[in-house]
Amino acid sequence: MTDLTDLSLAEAREGLKARRFSATELTRAHLEAMEKARALNAYVLETPERALAMAAESDKRIAAGEARPLEGIPLGVKDLFATEGVRTTACSAILDDFRPPYESTVTSQLWRDGAVMLGKLNNDEFAMGSSNETSVFGPVVNPWRRKGSDAKLVPGGSSGGSAAAVAARLCLGATATDTGGSIRQPAAFTGTVGIKPTYGRCSRWGIVAFASSLDQAGPIARTVRDSAILLRSMAGHDPKDTTSVDLPVPDYEAAVTRGVKGLKIGIPKEYRLDGMPAEIEALWQKGAEWLKAAGAEIVEVSLPHTKYALPAYYIVAPAEASSNLARYDGVRYGLRVPGKDIVEMYEKTRAAGFGREVKRRIMIGTYVLSAGYYDAYYLRAQKVRTLIKRDFEHVYASGVDAILAPATPSSAFGLGEKANASPVEMYLNDVFTVTVNMAGLPGIAVPAGLDSQGLPLGLQLIGRPFDEETLFAAGQVIEDAAGRMVLPEAWWA
Amino acid sequence: MSVDEKTVRRIAHLARIAVTDEEVPHLQGELNAILDFVEQLREVDVEGVEPMTSVMPMVMKKRQDAVTDGGYPEKIVANAPMSEDNFFVVPKVVE
Repeated sequence: MTDLTDLSLAEAREGLKARRFSATELTRAHLEAMEKARALNAYVLETPERALAMAAESDKRIAAGEARPLEGIPLGVKDLFATEGVRTTACSAILDDFRPPYESTVTSQLWRDGAVMLGKLNNDEFAMGSSNETSVFGPVVNPWRRKGSDAKLVPGGSSGGSAAAVAARLCLGATATDTGGSIRQPAAFTGTVGIKPTYGRCSRWGIVAFASSLDQAGPIARTVRDSAILLRSMAGHDPKDTTSVDLPVPDYEAAVTRGVKGLKIGIPKEYRLDGMPAEIEALWQKGAEWLKAAGAEIVEVSLPHTKYALPAYYIVAPAEASSNLARYDGVRYGLRVPGKDIVEMYEKTRAAGFGREVKRRIMIGTYVLSAGYYDAYYLRAQKVRTLIKRDFEHVYASGVDAILAPATPSSAFGLGEKANASPVEMYLNDVFTVTVNMAGLPGIAVPAGLDSQGLPLGLQLIGRPFDEETLFAAGQVIEDAAGRMVLPEAWWA
Repeated sequence: MSVDEKTVRRIAHLARIAVTDEEVPHLQGELNAILDFVEQLREVDVEGVEPMTSVMPMVMKKRQDAVTDGGYPEKIVANAPMSEDNFFVVPKVVE
């Protein structure tokens, strides 16, 4: 029998159904792989007992012919999702040993559908980062290495643990969140598939909030089909999140094989950045040719406000973060550092509990919202956001079904390589992904090839609001043309 | 616009984050780098543009103003660094 951890989620589902192996065997295989891969630091908490109990329940259900849609499928959970009774930290010292007395809506839907929880996955502290280096648990190591080199690379971020675990076969799929690119950029850096659905598609209830008007949950998986299977369980209306949309969740898996015949795919000329590596440009071109060969029409489109998305994001996101993170004050949960009065207690607690990047963003957010600056910064940024969204609306109104762009401006970079860079340089990682969050649109990153160093590169498809199905259909065309990613050998085991 | 040391300290206080004397110049440099970067938004003509208030256009959902949850104070305070009789305990606020 081939190694059970090498199966895709869809293949594992078939194997369980055909009783070729049990949910317990499948879970055990993953728990063993996790144990051997601790050097990657993808998991910040392993929950083997819970996993085996859930797998045993799945085996019972399968035996009784009562299997649910994700019965017995072992998954990892980003540490931003509240899991009842299981430590949830957002990878910040300020949450300390927080054990939520409730379960996030997204994860509760995965368990409702029979999935098995393997543990909690590393991420940048409060999802603020693009390299997973801001986590209080330390950085995650990318399972990919440059050809002929053993230098450690970052997996991207903030969902770096999710992406690394999926690429290293430490789970069949993982939950992730995306505020400015945190699903799509790490997916691109690790040769995995990641989709950020339309704002409102997944409930944000029980997910540690970073920037509430931008945050969305989504899956990272090894194939387009696997990500479609997961999103169907994760999505859906939730009365506990007023921004979650009351629309039926389509059968995303059915859309995977739909093809792109007759679709119009836009190529935004403003995404052709000065100094963009030739390999990225060539890959983008190739992606357009693949879609054309599959029957799509390729048209050049214009999104004139693209260059303003990143600066506007770095006002809106920190502003919302400064407000959301006000709750960490040493009173109701998490860390407390005593002080001579309550204000000193707040200040010392927050100084000790937040990392550098988080403090920086809270302070920028506090500044742009402070008296006298609100109009110049926050209000202006929200107006620019309207213009960014309008750009997309014009393109879609002209009959374009989806937009094709690179996912990242480079492949994975070295651990610590950007330690001395200015914060802005790190922010540039999100240049192709952040527009999508600003406009609330769905976006998928699909592996499309390797660069000359042997590292994966991804392409991104951006869809109309609530039309994730077209992204799965077009994503599958790219996956078929590029060939399924051959994952790196388990050098860490 | 750029911030001076005094402003950095004022922002830190507003954000309730204690900063040391050594941290202030670093923070000042980093905050100014970010403020420089966002400066380019000034070139955008936003005359007559409505600020975004709702990402996806939808009517705000409302529900009956009724108790739908609760009755478990011990769960609420379970993670508190300090609690007593299901109350959160903080340093004395009023003399």
